[in-house]
Amino acid sequence: MSLSKVKHVILVLSGKGGVGKSSVTTQLALSLSLAGHSVGVLDVDLTGPSMPRMFNIEEAKVTQAPGGWLPVTVHEANAETGVGELRCMSLGFLLKGRGDAVVWRGPKKTAMVRQFLTDVLWGDLDYLLIDTPPGTSDEHISLAETLLKDARPGQVAGAVVVTTPQAVATADVRKELNFCSKTGIPIVGVIENMSGFVCPNCAECTNIFSKGGGEVMAQEFSARFLGAVPIDPQFVMLVESGAKPVYPAGTMVNGKDMSGANASTEQAAQTTATTSRDSALLADKYRGCSLEPIFNQITRDIVTAIG
Amino acid sequence: MAPSLEEPEPVADVIENPLKSKPELVAPEPEHCPGPESEQAGKADNCAGCPNQAICASAPKGPDPDIPLISARLSGIKHKILVLSGKGGVGKSTFTTMLGHAFAMREENNVGIMDTDICGPSIPKMMGVEAETIHVSGTGWSPVWVTDNLGVMSIQFMLPNRDDAVIWRGPKKNGLIKQFLKDVEWGDLDFLLVDTPPGTSDEHLSVNSFLKESGIDGAVMVTTPQEVALLDVRKEIDFCRKAGIKVLGLVENMSGFVCPKCTHNSQIFKATTGGGAALAKEMGIPFLGEVPLDPRIGRSCDYGESFFEAFPDSPACTALKGVVRGLAEQIGIDAKLVLPDD
Repeated sequence: MSLSKVKHVILVLSGKGGVGKSSVTTQLALSLSLAGHSVGVLDVDLTGPSMPRMFNIEEAKVTQAPGGWLPVTVHEANAETGVGELRCMSLGFLLKGRGDAVVWRGPKKTAMVRQFLTDVLWGDLDYLLIDTPPGTSDEHISLAETLLKDARPGQVAGAVVVTTPQAVATADVRKELNFCSKTGIPIVGVIENMSGFVCPNCAECTNIFSKGGGEVMAQEFSARFLGAVPIDPQFVMLVESGAKPVYPAGTMVNGKDMSGANASTEQAAQTTATTSRDSALLADKYRGCSLEPIFNQITRDIVTAIG
Repeated sequence: MAPSLEEPEPVADVIENPLKSKPELVAPEPEHCPGPESEQAGKADNCAGCPNQAICASAPKGPDPDIPLISARLSGIKHKILVLSGKGGVGKSTFTTMLGHAFAMREENNVGIMDTDICGPSIPKMMGVEAETIHVSGTGWSPVWVTDNLGVMSIQFMLPNRDDAVIWRGPKKNGLIKQFLKDVEWGDLDFLLVDTPPGTSDEHLSVNSFLKESGIDGAVMVTTPQEVALLDVRKEIDFCRKAGIKVLGLVENMSGFVCPKCTHNSQIFKATTGGGAALAKEMGIPFLGEVPLDPRIGRSCDYGESFFEAFPDSPACTALKGVVRGLAEQIGIDAKLVLPDD
């Protein structure tokens, strides 16, 4: 199986759609890679793949090599800056047009998930992150079955479960936590995404989707709470247009002044924001994002937790 | 082969009647299986050597005999509207509940909401009827009535515990959706709203094939402004085209957020590629409007209240009313008959 040289497999799950599974996967991948680990991202959301867009590699195609598929490289390892390599595999790379619908019933999705797990030539990887669609159906059952059958004991580190704070979302995510316990997938921890929004104009924090629901749920299920991640429109912009995050003076995140980090480049960044994606690495630009320190901490907690 | 994780019959005590579904197979379907229920079952090239071949070949073929039963059951329903989106969490269920409340504001309208999201049902919670169970009688299943003229059906009503996971593969989900259509006593309805899970897979195919004969008015697409969401919604529109479902229009949800303190409007999910309006234009479908983010909408959903009745003067409510009127126009009915004037 192509996962033989992968050290740890982490699933990113959520019963609810649109809570930020792919955003969290992206940030965990960037954060792990910035910490020097080699990372692979497997997107098993077959009918709505988002990872190619997230990494700005929508145009890329997968190469067929003897023995399987070669994943698409997001960036190479760089010994100088201590950044680990980052590669990605998604059904998005196999489609002709980006707007094409993938209308598949269960058995075909199952076959594709199995193929993704057995036929992708990852090579040596420290971490393989698997981004999933919402729900507890074909893709999830197939993932769990195949991993339980083929993975080494301890290779599947477990699931990072993503939720948003409101009760409507946690109601679905509770089902996903029960899915994990039924299928024997350990829970690495819970991340509460979209937890509050700080107005860029007056710095007033509004809890658009309420607050604290993820933490309460984690306690109830005796799962580790990895942290609350606020909404940052600058991160959305980074993914959407490749613009370097810019913050007004005085923006503090975990005691670090985010505006100061970018003060000198603010002018330049503003022009790139209105034009197009500049050529700097996504990972480099992510260093200037207010969410980076938060994910840095989450990543360290995960790495410590799974050993 | 590891043992299957699919549970044998988690809600067996509720789903009493056996369904006509795929034949009992002796081995899992191979990768290029034409589908055990399909016309080609047991006869296609890929069937050669499959242990299921004889079973599939002898299974009943042709159109599903249940479809006329579904059409008969739904004959008293005037308009059937699907709420779709390729992307999750954009507000399909929220929009469905608000549409339901809006239609039901006029007492003469009878409205039904069917939740086909089997693995993540949200409608019961948003309607404040999460703890209800369905009643089964000799003639069928009764929907749960939220008000006199607003009924709901969802798998959530059948689960022994609120947090139970429904670990089902496609065919089983299809079976339940069929029962929702065949066995639920909706009676005479003006509107049946069908809420769907994200994606373009089993649930969507089933709803379409079961409802085709009795007629679907069309589908409303829900999106959020950013390209990551539009990308998936584009796929859903492509699906509708392929399946022959009319797209009644596109609603852009979560368009901007007005800070309650300084009234500064932030584009949280910024429309870098023109948002829903540009997509609607590109695909040649009507654009029904933009609904801003309002923390009170989320709170109303959590408490199962009607946002329409609680905050009639909010900008989000005004925007929603515009969307409902635009939708009424698309299905060819007078907007005044849908939503009473302010």
